[in-house]
Amino acid sequence: MKPGIALALAGRSLLRHRVRTGLAMLGIVIGIAAVICMVALGQGASDMVQAQLDAMGRNLLMIWPGAASSSGGFSHGGGTGVNLTPADADALLDQVPSLVAVTPMERTRGQLVYEAQNWTPSSIMGVSDTFPQVRTWPAEEGDFFSARDVAASAKVCLVGRTVADNLFAGESPLGKTLRIKNVPFRVIGVLTPKGTSSMGSDQDDVVVVPWTSCLNLLEGSAFDNVDQLLATVARPDDIPLAMAEVSEVLRARHRLGSAEPDDFRIYSMAEMASGGVETQKTMSALLAGIASISLLVGGIGIMNIMLVSVTERTREIGLRLAVGARGRDILQQFLGEAVLLTGSAGVVGLLLGAGASALISDANGWPLSLSPPLMAGTALFACAVGVFFGLYPALRAARLDPIEALRYE
Amino acid sequence: MAGDAVIELQDVTKTYRMGEVDVRPLRGVTLSIVPGELVAIQGASGSGKTTLLNLIGCLDRPTDGRYVLGGRDVSRLSPDDLARVRHATFGFVFQNYALLGRTTALENVELPLLYGDPPPARERRERARQMLERVGLGDRLDHHPGQLSGGQQQRVAIARALVTRPAVLLADEPTGNLDTRAGAEILQLFLDLNAEGLTVVLVTHDSAVAGRTRRVIAVRDGRILEAAA
Repeated sequence: MKPGIALALAGRSLLRHRVRTGLAMLGIVIGIAAVICMVALGQGASDMVQAQLDAMGRNLLMIWPGAASSSGGFSHGGGTGVNLTPADADALLDQVPSLVAVTPMERTRGQLVYEAQNWTPSSIMGVSDTFPQVRTWPAEEGDFFSARDVAASAKVCLVGRTVADNLFAGESPLGKTLRIKNVPFRVIGVLTPKGTSSMGSDQDDVVVVPWTSCLNLLEGSAFDNVDQLLATVARPDDIPLAMAEVSEVLRARHRLGSAEPDDFRIYSMAEMASGGVETQKTMSALLAGIASISLLVGGIGIMNIMLVSVTERTREIGLRLAVGARGRDILQQFLGEAVLLTGSAGVVGLLLGAGASALISDANGWPLSLSPPLMAGTALFACAVGVFFGLYPALRAARLDPIEALRYE
Repeated sequence: MAGDAVIELQDVTKTYRMGEVDVRPLRGVTLSIVPGELVAIQGASGSGKTTLLNLIGCLDRPTDGRYVLGGRDVSRLSPDDLARVRHATFGFVFQNYALLGRTTALENVELPLLYGDPPPARERRERARQMLERVGLGDRLDHHPGQLSGGQQQRVAIARALVTRPAVLLADEPTGNLDTRAGAEILQLFLDLNAEGLTVVLVTHDSAVAGRTRRVIAVRDGRILEAAA
C-alpha cells in the first residue's frame, strides 16, 4: 500500500473518533511539552552559567592566604594569613610559564564622595595594571591605569557602572575627582558592565585603584601583604599544571619544609563553577526521568487505545482482508494511525511546551534556549514512540484470519 | 468442460480442530464452474456451504484436495498471495452487508481499490461513482450506511464487490437479511449482472432463491448431493 493512502486512511479513522483521539494524544502531548520545557529552561540555565564563567574568566586562578595560626596551634581559619605579597605575584609571572598575567588584589571598603553625592560601593579593589587582562574586564570609557601609576601610588581610579550612575547622575565621570575615604582620586575610566554575579552581588558596584594606592593611601598599611592574588592562564587545559607550578613556587618562596602544609590555597574558576554545573546536571537528569516516564505512560496509553481499536474494528479488518488487503497493508494502516496520533501529539506538545517555557522564563526572568534541532528531534521522537507502542497492536491486526475476523461479533 | 472451467475443485476437504474435536465441514467436494455461470449453493445451516464459498473465494485453504482457479493451483498459496488472488478475481457480498459505519457509500465502494495496485484517487472515485450508479444509487453517494435501507446497503456492498471488475462474484446469503421485496430486487440485480456475463456464485438456504438460478449445487454434511448442470 502506498504510504500516502495508509496515512489518509489513518487520518480518516482518527477523525471518526475525535474525543478518543484527543484523549489518547493527551499523554504524549504532556510528555513532549515537559521535555521541551525541561530542555529549553535547562539549556538556558546552562548557557547562563557558561556566560557567567566567561564573565569571571574561564582561565582564572585565585590564590588565597592559608589559615593563620598563632603560637598555641590555634587556627584562625582560611584566608586569615597575611603572607601573600605583590612580590609573590611578580615571582609567579616570572617562574610559571603557563601564567599569562598575575595581579595582586587588595580589597577595602569605604565611602566615596563627589560634590554633594556620596556612595559606599560593595568593594574598593587595589590591583595592578594587568587586572583587565586577568579578569578579562577592560575599561568601557577612558583607560586603565599604567604600571607607572602603580609604582607611583597614583591617585587614579576606575569606577563600575553602578558607581558611575549613582555618584555622577548622568554626567561622564571621566576626569572628575572624587574622594575615597577622604583622599582625592581622579576618575580615568569606567569599567565595562558585568551585571550580577552567580552569587547575586552587583559586580559593577566597585572602584578600582592601584594596589599601592590602596595599601598606602586608603589603608595606611605599613606592610605590603595583600588579600589575594589573581592569575590567568592561556587555555583552560593549562589550569592543572599551572596550579601545581604556582604551589611549587610559593612553597619555595615561603620557605616551607616538605612536612609543612601549604600556607595558601589555590582555586580555579572552572573548579568553582563545576559545582553549579553538577547540580544542574542532576536537575536535568531528574527532569528527563520525569519526562520519559510521562512519555512511557503516554505510549502505553497509545498502545492500549490501539488494542481497543483493533478489537473493535475486527470486522472492518476482516472485510479489508476479504477485498484484497494483505497483512502488511493492515499493519501499515494501524501503524500509520499510531504514528499519526503520536506525531500530531508531538507537534501539539511542542507548541505547548514552547509556550509554557516562554511563560515560565518570562515570569521568573530565567533564560530560555529553544533550538530548532531540539524541536525537530522531539517531534521525531514522538513518532518513534508511535512506532514502538503501535507495532504490537498493528501486528495483531495484521495477523488476523479473514474468516474469523469477518465472523467476529 | 473441465478445460475452460474458471473454478475447479478436486476432492477438496476441510478439517478444523476445535479443542479436542475435529470438525469436518467439507468431506470431499469435486465441482467445476465455467465462466458466465449462475450457481446457487444450497444447503441447511451447518451443511458446509459457507465453508465451500470461503474456499472458492480463497479466504481459506483446503486441508486436502486441489483447487485450480483459472488454470492455476491455488490450494497451497501463502496468505499474501491469496489476498492478491482475491483482489484480482473475486468480489464478495456478505449477508450483513459489512459496510464501514460513519463512512459514505462512495468511500465504502472505493475501499477495494485502495489495495493491490491502487489507481489514482480521482480514478478510484470515478469508478466507485459509476458502480453506485450501476446499482441504482447514483443519488446516495454521500449517504452513510445508517441513512440507507437494508436493500440499499446491500446494493452498496454489491457495488463494492464489482468495483475491482472481478471475474467471479461470490455472495453469502445476500438476501438473508432483507424483506421479500428488497430480496427479490437484489436477486434480480444478480440475474442482470449474470446476463451481462459475470460469473455469480451465491450461497442460500432458501429454495425460492435457488429456484431462480440455472444451476443448483445442493450440499449436505460436507458433501455435494446433486451437481447436475
